[in-house]
Amino acid sequence: MPTASVVKKSSRASQRFANRVGRRAPELIFGDLWAFDPAPESADPKLKPRYNLFINGKFVAPKGGKYFDSINPANERKLTEIALAGPADVDAAYAAARRAADGVWGKMPGRERAKYLYRIARLLQDRAREFAVAETLDGGKPIKESRDFDVPMAAAHFFYHAGWADKLEYVAPGRRVAPLGVVGQVIPWNFPLLMCAWKLAPALAMGNTVVLKPAETTSITALKLAEIFQDAGLPPGVVNFVTGAGDVGAAVLNNATPAKIAFTGSTEVGKIIMRSLAGSDKKMTMELGGKAANIIFDDAPLDQAVEGIVNGIFFNQGHVCCAGSRLLVQEGIAEKVLAKLKTRICSLRVGDPLDKNTDIGAINSREQLTKIRALVAAGVKEGCAMFQPQCVLPPKGFYFRPTVFSGVSMSSRVAREEIFGPVLSILTFRTVDEAIEKANNTSYGLSAGVWTDKGSRILKMSTELKAGVVWANTYNKFDPASPFGGYKESGFGREGGRQGLLDYCKLI
Amino acid sequence: MVRLPITKTPKVYVGGAFIRSESARVFPLRDAAGEFFANIPQCTRKDLRNAVEAAAKAGPGWAKRTAYNRGQILYRLAEMIEARAGEMADAIALGGATPAAAAREVAAAVDRLIYYAGWTDKYEQVLGNVNPVAAPFFNFTVTEPMGIIGVITPDEAPLLALISLVAPAITSGNTVVALASTRQPYPAILLGEMLATSDLPGGVVNLLTGFRAEMIPTFATHTHLRAISAVVNAAERKALALGAAESIKRTIMLKAEEKRDWFATTAQSVDAIRDTLEYKTTWHPVGA
Repeated sequence: MPTASVVKKSSRASQRFANRVGRRAPELIFGDLWAFDPAPESADPKLKPRYNLFINGKFVAPKGGKYFDSINPANERKLTEIALAGPADVDAAYAAARRAADGVWGKMPGRERAKYLYRIARLLQDRAREFAVAETLDGGKPIKESRDFDVPMAAAHFFYHAGWADKLEYVAPGRRVAPLGVVGQVIPWNFPLLMCAWKLAPALAMGNTVVLKPAETTSITALKLAEIFQDAGLPPGVVNFVTGAGDVGAAVLNNATPAKIAFTGSTEVGKIIMRSLAGSDKKMTMELGGKAANIIFDDAPLDQAVEGIVNGIFFNQGHVCCAGSRLLVQEGIAEKVLAKLKTRICSLRVGDPLDKNTDIGAINSREQLTKIRALVAAGVKEGCAMFQPQCVLPPKGFYFRPTVFSGVSMSSRVAREEIFGPVLSILTFRTVDEAIEKANNTSYGLSAGVWTDKGSRILKMSTELKAGVVWANTYNKFDPASPFGGYKESGFGREGGRQGLLDYCKLI
Repeated sequence: MVRLPITKTPKVYVGGAFIRSESARVFPLRDAAGEFFANIPQCTRKDLRNAVEAAAKAGPGWAKRTAYNRGQILYRLAEMIEARAGEMADAIALGGATPAAAAREVAAAVDRLIYYAGWTDKYEQVLGNVNPVAAPFFNFTVTEPMGIIGVITPDEAPLLALISLVAPAITSGNTVVALASTRQPYPAILLGEMLATSDLPGGVVNLLTGFRAEMIPTFATHTHLRAISAVVNAAERKALALGAAESIKRTIMLKAEEKRDWFATTAQSVDAIRDTLEYKTTWHPVGA
């Protein structure tokens, strides 16, 4: 019967439609089906074959005449050579800083100091792409990060602090502020240019002069920044760069001249520095390690949270002191989150840092790669379940696959020690109180992440978490206006915002 | 043969465009020696209303810019003025200032802009705060720009006073309709050209020239102007205050009869930014 067949047809159609509604969209995982064409950034980083020390406004050869190679961790090829400072060079740098502090910079009206910092910000913006390429070559970070984060954020720090230089009466209400004089600073290799800006901008805005030592594997962008200081007409001696390894750092920190020491690096070295400065009356700020908890509640927007987890741990190859390296997931959604996370990690592109499509670049040094490998081996030995995507790694250079450990216990080394690499440890919790307990059960306290739809819970977590920065439904956000720094063994003092300036002045 | 120079037709800067008054009226501007210099638009209340409309259009976009972006744009404006400092100094000297005094005024105006450029991403850190209320609530107070601000400038320091009144208002995201000095309008005309080549969106600052007596009644009563920042005499103050009462308009009035040092650092402050801000307090529960 014709009517019956029509009904049949239409019921078949509606069934098909019902199936379509209930069915999930197929996942599109292409794996290695098609290779991406390389998309290398081609701007000229304008590297010199050799970089000297920057002392008293000039590039000068080290008194010892020694240089060390700076290599590209992406292919282990030599990029340039960097002067190796000796004790006499460090003394010369401090002498120049002292003269500049007493003679020019400390006396200059804030309004005029501001103009130098504005110039530096503008000149850095002008040469942003060149600096991004240099940063990526030197440190191994993906060009999309150096281009879109490190360099613009460094310029923003100079711009923001420039504006404070003539408004210092607002920094400490009811008090007057004065510069400390000369400051010694030692910075790490994970954000070479950005750390330079974080350290220099508030110090200079406040009227201090600086001797700074960049990390030995990543000195290039600091020395390129010195070129900008020359172009900006910054008075000689206001900023001095001495380059080399730990012994040069020790010489910078233990010199008698600086009134204050600022250090960013590992907690281990931070402790050594605090011991060596004990009894010296030097002011200090310490920005040290972390083992941040990134906490996902079952009402969180999961796809957004997965992006946040990935950004939290794989940003800059995990070479981030505030990396969300401990993922705390509420038990009911743990399996789902792990599955989504694995799928997402499989689409991360690991490889040539200069390629604009690269998500995870090169590990900064062979030494760091060895450390990461050792800790990951410890995780496997302790019985944690390891997941790594089977991506192809370049034949030369230092690379490590994004790695996720699940079934991790609080006592496991991968849950307690800072790995400083692309390695995530997943733990679970049931209640809010348990999440707080686990998140705070660490000697560190730099940062934390909270993912939930509930505003009151965000604020409760933010109140209870012993961490200097809490990100809610986001992760790894930075701004010159936002103070950054840790609780407990993650250090003391803040960088950025009004609070950051307080660490570079004395109250009178 | 001597080449005859091309003279410029002064036009006011409204909504990002250079216009004559809708009334087609002008008044002659003479230099200190009494020689004819140019005709200046004699704007009307209709021009003022048009300018308010332009400011209203530009307002939401300007207020939504990040503070960092607003700071960079104000800095860019300072770059534009500094680059044409000589030309601006000549414009100020038309009114009789010595070349040195005129140059000093331009430099001070540039520095003032730099000062406020630095405030864009800082005033909130000074004026806003978290309030420790006696209950499980996170309670915080932030500021918001008021909207469109009417600015009436004095005759002295024709550039510096104008900048000193306009800059704090736009720092926080307000837009401005300003009446330039009647006696020395030409620096404001030139400033319009510099605004146009800065990155400041059209309509954020609108500059009118004309006669105070014609314009002040409309400044007083236009309900879309949320505040008036003015240097005015006793009669003008009364007129503005009466008009303000009709729409509970905020008035920040400096007395024209008092001598004021526009060059002093006391002529710039975060309080000037606060004058054109509203406070907003939010309560949010804290709890698992």
